[in-house]
Amino acid sequence: MSGAGGDGRTSGAPPAIELLGIDKSFGPVHANDDIHLTVEAGTIHGIVGENGAGKSTLMNIVYGFYQADSGIIRVDGEERAIRSPEDAIEAGIGMVHQHFMLVEPFTVLENILLGAEGGWTLKAGKARAREALLRLEQDYALEVDIDARIADLPVGIQQRVEILKALFRGARVLILDEPTGVLTPQEADHLFRILRNLKEQGRTVILITHKLREIMAATDTVSVMRQGAMVAHRRTADTTTEELAELMVGRKVLLRVDKQPARPGSPVLEVEHLEVVDEQGVRRVKDVSFTVRAGEIVGIAGVAGNGQSELLEALSGIRRPSGGRVLLHGEPLADAADCRLKKLGHVPEDRLRMGLVRGFPAYENAILGYQLLPAYAEHGFLKKRSIIARCLDWMQGYDVRPAAPHLQATSFSGGNQQKLVLAREMEHDPDLLLVGQPTRGVDIGAIEFIHKRLVAMRDAGKAILLVSVELDEIMSLADRIIVMFDGTITGEVDQAEATARGLGLLMAGISNEAA
Amino acid sequence: MEELATQVLLLTASTVRLATPLVLCAMAGLFAERSGVVDIGLEGKMLGAAFAAAAAAAVSGSAWVGLVAAIAVSWSLAMLHGFASITHKGDQVVSGMAINIAVAGLGPVLADAWFRQAGRVPVSGEDARFLPIELPFAEAARSIPLIGPFYAEVVSDHNLLVYVAAVSIPIVAWVVYRTRFGLRLRAVGENPSAVDTAGISVDGMRYRALMVTGLLAGIAGAYLSIAQGAGFTRDMSAGRGYLALAALIFGKWRPVPAVLACLLFAFADAVQARLQGVELPLIGEIPTQAIQALPYLLTILLLAGFVGRAVAPRAIGQPYVKER
Repeated sequence: MSGAGGDGRTSGAPPAIELLGIDKSFGPVHANDDIHLTVEAGTIHGIVGENGAGKSTLMNIVYGFYQADSGIIRVDGEERAIRSPEDAIEAGIGMVHQHFMLVEPFTVLENILLGAEGGWTLKAGKARAREALLRLEQDYALEVDIDARIADLPVGIQQRVEILKALFRGARVLILDEPTGVLTPQEADHLFRILRNLKEQGRTVILITHKLREIMAATDTVSVMRQGAMVAHRRTADTTTEELAELMVGRKVLLRVDKQPARPGSPVLEVEHLEVVDEQGVRRVKDVSFTVRAGEIVGIAGVAGNGQSELLEALSGIRRPSGGRVLLHGEPLADAADCRLKKLGHVPEDRLRMGLVRGFPAYENAILGYQLLPAYAEHGFLKKRSIIARCLDWMQGYDVRPAAPHLQATSFSGGNQQKLVLAREMEHDPDLLLVGQPTRGVDIGAIEFIHKRLVAMRDAGKAILLVSVELDEIMSLADRIIVMFDGTITGEVDQAEATARGLGLLMAGISNEAA
Repeated sequence: MEELATQVLLLTASTVRLATPLVLCAMAGLFAERSGVVDIGLEGKMLGAAFAAAAAAAVSGSAWVGLVAAIAVSWSLAMLHGFASITHKGDQVVSGMAINIAVAGLGPVLADAWFRQAGRVPVSGEDARFLPIELPFAEAARSIPLIGPFYAEVVSDHNLLVYVAAVSIPIVAWVVYRTRFGLRLRAVGENPSAVDTAGISVDGMRYRALMVTGLLAGIAGAYLSIAQGAGFTRDMSAGRGYLALAALIFGKWRPVPAVLACLLFAFADAVQARLQGVELPLIGEIPTQAIQALPYLLTILLLAGFVGRAVAPRAIGQPYVKER
């Protein structure tokens, strides 16, 4: 890499992108809160943060895909009203989205032409584009067969098509949103070479990621986002993975949970060499083994997107592991229905997508997955009255407000929805409870309540596996903490010995021995 | 032998005549569906256009006024469909069906109110209809073996709109595959997000596609009432809009295969007309109703069995909402 930070270029030349007070809400969600950001021309600038921190929203605003509620965007020192991608392209901004914006049955050439056809018919434009693309491919080492159909190309190549598309439109600033999520390490390395090439040719690159390793490897400067706010700007050379990890996760008031030391019993869940490969063929969980015993809470910590979600889905029978074994009381598990029979409860990470049926009333949601139990159904008919009575009971016990079994799931606030899901899973008395992000989007009062419930369940001799990206939550609840990074377990710490700094190191992929 | 040759020629000529509205309708539907908007309302647009053509031609005495009225009505219905399903992101099938049902009722009612002919609108007079055109040398060429009679019977002696339909096929294929509009049209039905991020308005593209749909379906409707037929009668489109849609699916949303499917359906229809009242060897006379069902049976068989998996434009039927 030439020069650390591109100091020489910054003097005099106006910043490539300047954001002043960008603010954006989606309904009640404040996705971007008064964001200020300066990206110097001719640099690779990283924006790092956890999933949901607002990075993609911010960049989609710069690209005109969303409009900010307020705030100013300056491109090359000039204030620009970017109201649509068309305006952004006009201003010289290109974006490679996380989910590629390609038309699969089209050829590479047709995809690149789309929106930049250069005329009423295609013939002349195609000839011109062919020539321009060959030049771009050579200049930036972006080899692509431009007559291949997108559907036939591997994702790494599809990404190059997206980059070519932006360059063909004359992008001087290229935004990449989580570009390595679907890439193999080799493909990712190639991508970074391409990005450095772009930088050397004077273009500006904004790299959005939640992977710190990539920030350290590829960027000149880095900005950290947390919960919709920009919390820090650093020169990459002056910072460390640990500092960035801490900034990303944040230090909040530690919620105290009263609990006695755990008295672990016999193993309930045994995971042996578990492997999970996702739909894109990427290995998400790599050779993971651990045990959860009766009467203890095991926490899985890690920056979001390091395989925890896939692990949880594999354990709960939603996703089929590609290797290894999962044993509950020494017996293998078949699928999600089998899990319920074997007394495994699951509070999924995304309650709206997986935990509830939005349009169903609370009482129907309260028995989802358990609807065939004799307590709820007889001769194929639901015992509606008794279900409603039971639901009302749980709503009072778990402080779900309002305690109205007939109300639709969507009518409850996030915290109350979560308590309803918890009630359903806990009240069916599981031996093992898998809990994903139990307090995401939940208000403080409900968090305390949920934590107390989980501890009470542990004290009743149940095994609990807690997956959370909230480090504080893990530290205050879990008796043992397992840290995941890039699909592997980087370390295991007892609660008594856990420190935010130590866990942060593990979360950044620096294992105990190295630290 | 002579007799058989004549029969084949007549059958072919009648296939061409019957295929015309199907072809126009299928081309109309191709634009809507390729843009991602399901157009089950082709039937209603065609029927509405047929009524408008008949009414305007009957009053003005000009077939051209009738054609313009037909296109105007069909186009308005297409825009209504767009307003419901693009602007307000309503269900495209519901909107299309609503148009079909409304038009099916409205046509006869208006016809009754305006013309007092028991729900019909008769069109008479030479200028009020598109009459068959005899192409040059048709009679002279008749003596040339094979080609001569083919030219005279099959190619010549159709009304203007048949030729419009024929010419529309290569034009549609060219527009869809060789122009900027076509590229964007195909893209917006497959991945509207890609179109949006390329700086093109998804809704704008879909409205433009529906405008073309309205134009072509309007011509198809005019063909029914003031070219092939002489006036409007209740339900005169007789499911041809649905048939055209089936042909479009059978042709996997591509112009030429869709036209071939239209010809197949039209051929079945022509055979059906010939077979009525004919004593067949061994079987005897087949009941009219059974014969009339032939094209529709063929549709079901083809769609169920022979098409294989028809890969629809991926975004078809989904109103475009920016995800977040």
